[in-house]
Amino acid sequence: MTAASSAAASGAQAVATNGRQARVARLTVRGIVLVYLGLLLVLPVAMVFVRAFEGGIGPVLQAISRPAFQSAFMLTVTITAITVPVCTFFGVITALAIARRRFPGRSILNSLVDLPFALSPVVIGLSLFLVYGSNSPIGEFLANNGITVIFALPGMVLATIFVCLPFVIREVVPVLREIGTDQEEAAYTLGAGSIRTFMRVTLPAIRWGILYGVILTVARSLGEFGAVAIVSGKISGKTITLTTHVQERYEAFDIVGAYTASIVLATMALLVLFGMQLYQSGRLSRKGSSEEEPQGLLLGPVPAAGTNSQGGA
Amino acid sequence: MAIRIAGVSKRFGEFQALHDVSLDVTDGELTALLGPSGSGKSTLLRIIAGLEVPDAGEIWLNERDVTTIPPQQRGVGFVFQHYAPFKHMTVFDNVAFGLTIRKRPKDEIQRKVRDLLKLVQIDQFADRYPAQLSGGQRQRMALARALAVEPEVLLLDEPFGALDARVRKELRAWLRRLHDETHVTTVFVTHDQEEAMDVADRIVVMDHGRIEQVGPPRELYERPANEFVMSFIGPVNRLGQTWVRPHDIDILLEPTDNATEAMIDRVVYLGFEVRVELTRTDGSQVSVQVPRGEAEQLELKAGQIVYARASRERVFEAASSVGPAAPAA
Repeated sequence: MTAASSAAASGAQAVATNGRQARVARLTVRGIVLVYLGLLLVLPVAMVFVRAFEGGIGPVLQAISRPAFQSAFMLTVTITAITVPVCTFFGVITALAIARRRFPGRSILNSLVDLPFALSPVVIGLSLFLVYGSNSPIGEFLANNGITVIFALPGMVLATIFVCLPFVIREVVPVLREIGTDQEEAAYTLGAGSIRTFMRVTLPAIRWGILYGVILTVARSLGEFGAVAIVSGKISGKTITLTTHVQERYEAFDIVGAYTASIVLATMALLVLFGMQLYQSGRLSRKGSSEEEPQGLLLGPVPAAGTNSQGGA
Repeated sequence: MAIRIAGVSKRFGEFQALHDVSLDVTDGELTALLGPSGSGKSTLLRIIAGLEVPDAGEIWLNERDVTTIPPQQRGVGFVFQHYAPFKHMTVFDNVAFGLTIRKRPKDEIQRKVRDLLKLVQIDQFADRYPAQLSGGQRQRMALARALAVEPEVLLLDEPFGALDARVRKELRAWLRRLHDETHVTTVFVTHDQEEAMDVADRIVVMDHGRIEQVGPPRELYERPANEFVMSFIGPVNRLGQTWVRPHDIDILLEPTDNATEAMIDRVVYLGFEVRVELTRTDGSQVSVQVPRGEAEQLELKAGQIVYARASRERVFEAASSVGPAAPAA
């Protein structure tokens, strides 16, 4: 072996060592992430599915066919179906006010929006109870006019809306700030009024922010427990949502019933996530690369205030 | 369309962006609003467009007071500094936007947009998205979009600011040609005096929310109303109370009357002209521009002692250097 070739060989060895080190580092990072996510996310959710189907599909179908489950399911779907449009509509308007308008108290409004994040859902439930309960003037007034809020659907919807209020706003405000007012002003100078400018210029620019906020709202309204549980009164067959149904079944030692309701909840949430992912990737392949990238589902902007209070139920 | 700006003031919080500004722009003219950043030139442009409402004063377009008329109804085209493309629309849809808003028939929109895209030479990119265009192409798309609605006034905010030097020069010439063909009254904002001199029929020099001087490029250069205009338009030397352009200084090898002794620090060849940097005996630095032939004839080189004489100089009254300066030239 000549000196030159041995030098080359040792050089190659050094490269190989570097490559090996990089690979080890990469695998270590990957391993840590996988174990972390596995233990915290995948394993528990998977275990719910495993336990639910332990006795085969029969008991699961049986649990699903029970009227108590079906009324809980319908109630949860109803609450979500009302909450999402309301939160989206008012969320976008509030976001526009915060990001585009100058008015006294704007910064107070901006902070106020985060209140549901900061408050425990139990406190939210109790506060609604205080305002709309039969002991309060408002509750009394409503009751005299034939409207029951507490221990009924309206109260549960109110509680869910309260809890879900920040999601759309917190997703849309940063997008509005980022796109700035240039495009809207350009539309004005081209003759478009404010409504048409919103529909044709602003809305398409913020639609990914809205969609992401809607996803979070759906997920949260399906899964909300604390606030709704307080105002619902848990009247069997009437005000029991899927989450309270899970708790009730669990306390009644009906493990299969509890797990079945859980997997229905989990499946609905997963479907929402997958639906959004599919929609995004379909859109991406349709349009090719573009500056206006959607916020990746998992990498998208996180709501400004910590969402960790989500688990506060 | 003629523009009349009468006594316009605008304040943003504590910042007075415009102080009682009045200006007339005649029909078909290409005018530059020139000034450093914060001089109020963009604010004035936005007020003409109706994107800002003045605190005081009036805006007239021809015989119509538009001060309180929203931008939608002013018939002005506006090109934004960063072009403000509608990112989710194709180039075609961007240009067609104003026509679609006006509910013009489909075939008319098709024809008109195609013509405009050809005019600005981006017709092959009609189906692309703005993100897929270069800066210069995006700029031309923004122009086509503004022109599509046949504005009677075209307003451009730093139209070439974000482009590289070569593209900027090209677009400058192109804008000038376009204006000569269409004769749309055009006002553009720039902080680049060379750009203003190159393109505009008339330049409005602004500083600190006030108009310092209005006039054709040559007049501004040769008869600046005050020190600010003199120093902002073209290079200038300040020698005590007098202001001298670099090309208005003669370099002599022998002492004469009115010439001061100086040493050459540097001789820079710029092409046709040569810039000679001098230090006078009192320590002040002077920059002189002489034709190449003259520099070679005098054999100028660094370290040499020469005599500098101003052939043309200006003295401004001390009051005009700061604060309000009435254009008095």
